[in-house]
Amino acid sequence: MTERPDLSPRDRMQIERHEVPARSAIIRSMDFQEVNLGYSQALAMEEAERCLDCANPRCIDGCPVRVDIPKFIELLAAGEMKLAAESLLDDNALPCVTGRVCPQETQCEGLCIRAKKGEPVAVGALERFVADWALDHLDELESNVDPDSGRRVAIVGSGPAGLAAAGELAKSGHKVTVFEAFHAPGGVLIYGIPEFRLPKDIVQKEVDRLKGLGVTIEVNAIVGKTWTLRELRQNFDAVFIAVGAGLPVFMGIPGEDLKGVYSANEYLTRVNLMGAFRDDTDTPVLQGKRVVVVGGGNVAMDAVRTARRMGAKEATIAYRRGKDELPARDEEIRHAEEEGVKFELMASPVRIIGSEDNWVTGVECQMMKLGEPDDSGRRRPTAIADSEYVLECDMVVVAIGTRSNPMLTASEPDLKINEWGYLIIDEDGMTSVPGIFAGGDIVRGAATVILAMGDGKRAAHAIEKYLGTVGELMPAAVARVSASKDPTATA
Amino acid sequence: MHPVVKRETLSPNVIRLEIEASRIAEVRQPGQFVIVRIGEGAERVPLTIADADRKAGTITLTIQAVGKTSCDLCQLQVGDSIQDVAGPLGEATELVDSGHAVCVGGGVGTAVVHPLAQGLATKGVEVTSIIGGRAREWIIFEDELRRYGDVRVCTDDGSYGRHGFVTEELHDMLEEGGVDHVYAVGPVPMMGAVAKVTKEYDVATTVSLNAIMVDGTGMCGGCRVSVGGKTVYACVDGPEFDAHTVDFKQLSDRLSMYRDVESSAFESKRCLIEGLAEAAGGDTPR
Repeated sequence: MTERPDLSPRDRMQIERHEVPARSAIIRSMDFQEVNLGYSQALAMEEAERCLDCANPRCIDGCPVRVDIPKFIELLAAGEMKLAAESLLDDNALPCVTGRVCPQETQCEGLCIRAKKGEPVAVGALERFVADWALDHLDELESNVDPDSGRRVAIVGSGPAGLAAAGELAKSGHKVTVFEAFHAPGGVLIYGIPEFRLPKDIVQKEVDRLKGLGVTIEVNAIVGKTWTLRELRQNFDAVFIAVGAGLPVFMGIPGEDLKGVYSANEYLTRVNLMGAFRDDTDTPVLQGKRVVVVGGGNVAMDAVRTARRMGAKEATIAYRRGKDELPARDEEIRHAEEEGVKFELMASPVRIIGSEDNWVTGVECQMMKLGEPDDSGRRRPTAIADSEYVLECDMVVVAIGTRSNPMLTASEPDLKINEWGYLIIDEDGMTSVPGIFAGGDIVRGAATVILAMGDGKRAAHAIEKYLGTVGELMPAAVARVSASKDPTATA
Repeated sequence: MHPVVKRETLSPNVIRLEIEASRIAEVRQPGQFVIVRIGEGAERVPLTIADADRKAGTITLTIQAVGKTSCDLCQLQVGDSIQDVAGPLGEATELVDSGHAVCVGGGVGTAVVHPLAQGLATKGVEVTSIIGGRAREWIIFEDELRRYGDVRVCTDDGSYGRHGFVTEELHDMLEEGGVDHVYAVGPVPMMGAVAKVTKEYDVATTVSLNAIMVDGTGMCGGCRVSVGGKTVYACVDGPEFDAHTVDFKQLSDRLSMYRDVESSAFESKRCLIEGLAEAAGGDTPR
């Protein structure tokens, strides 16, 4: 390895940000392989030299899981890959995931000192590089797992919040069992975020790494149906609810029950989790030639780019505000544009139109104009009278958000929920039932992967505090619910 | 993994599987269903739990070969396994606890009616079952249902029982009077026809809907049906609903969403179903 250059801060400021190599739009929009290729070692080490190693780094404050960003970047710049990887994994349970899907521009990179006068350090791309290196060199890494604490924690849901909490708790020596309703772990990471943005084998490897820390995952286990929350509470020292906000929201306009109208949840689940984009799977999905996706967030971008890859000649985003208001990550919008996605902005659907045999033929939209900012700080759209027009299409995907799923919360009347059905927690993340904690979208409403992970990590710490101060250890023998194969008893 | 411990051919295109699923056997209630996935790459499909044996730790599923996935399920033999079984899902049936209930089953729907008749009889309700099929060999669960009360059989071709539809038999019974509640499970047109005739006689009627599902937990919204003018999800709000408020036309329409995709996938499997039909000694299903 060549000698590390001796750079002054002024020198570092001269280094321009290194773009992350990406596959060509024309090729990638025809397949499901990952769009971003990621840095090479050389590019990563050069980009790492851009970090000024500030005395008071602000980037960490922008990170919901508080990754010690300057530390892992400095180790990377010094060529200390093993130490960089260990440092990163110590702070972040799923760095391969967050390096790919975090909205860095509003978090770490948004707060980077260098962003004030130019381009911030490419923290996300560097995180991804170090995390991918770590996955390839797991044997060499030391994972600091504390001795068995004798405490058992149940986690409901294996999405980002659940896995982040599982990682933290397992490292502290607690026996963790994660209950997942689907047949595979990962939650939104496998059913929602498409392969071309987050390859599923990477999620699987991250999950396998957590299993290596001693985490048990029970799939096809629907808490609220297969097991009650009460059973979990009786058989574990603490429970963390991280079930997400799984229910799709529809627009409530005429025509949403026509054939060819999907919720983003259903469309993405069919394609991602069930693998409908591959030839060797049985799950069917419609392959619209002209597809309209309603919404402007990351999920809408995922759906519209998926539709392109599934053969749509025309894939259009219909969004009721302007381009500046699109809530999606900058990179997703840019990638979508490069892939030929059209943006029908200031357009609000008022009706979905169908043929005689009830197949979608178009979306009637109303043109909007922007007024004063609303509570979310975004300018409120108002309709322009008599401005209706029709976007012709043969498939519609509704991606305007999700809401809480009452399946679990309704099964336990003691759990306090707010008017939108989200769980109410105290400052420690504990629900109204002692020993039952909650975090992620089932508390905050639909948000990002990294915010959910931050909740998981915080809850893990609160659970440790709770386990250390409250209650007696539960003898495993009386924990059995029944003589049947009972994961709550054998975990 | 959920091994098949018993397999039985019920009709030319219907089989019954008993599979290991001890936890589900322990907690399921009549009317609930499971989502199964045979193995990697397979579809997730909802199947009503027709019966359960808590002691043996098994549940009974009844499957009609109509498409690729149901055909694959019908090919399973004792010793084979189903990789994923999730449940029990859906709400349990609200069974009446007195009077006279008529259970109407069409085709494979008769398997779903069976646990209802069982539950009703246990509660001391007088049960009459009306079951139908294309011909004699398509009549299933007749002996089992007889344990809970009178059984009236109807066949389309008159080869067994009454020559005609189950709705005709039901109509005659309603005309006689003394029917307090009707439970009906079968093809959508049959349930629609039952709802129409019981509405005429103002007899409360419950149907179990077989909408298209992926997750079974309310997450995808694919199973949305219009009930009483409101959009509900068959997986979490049902699968059973007041028949007089269900939009059967829309349900039937939404069920046809993948007909083109399915039929091409089905073509490659056709020979196997014919084999199955032969084994049962019946006609080749359409």
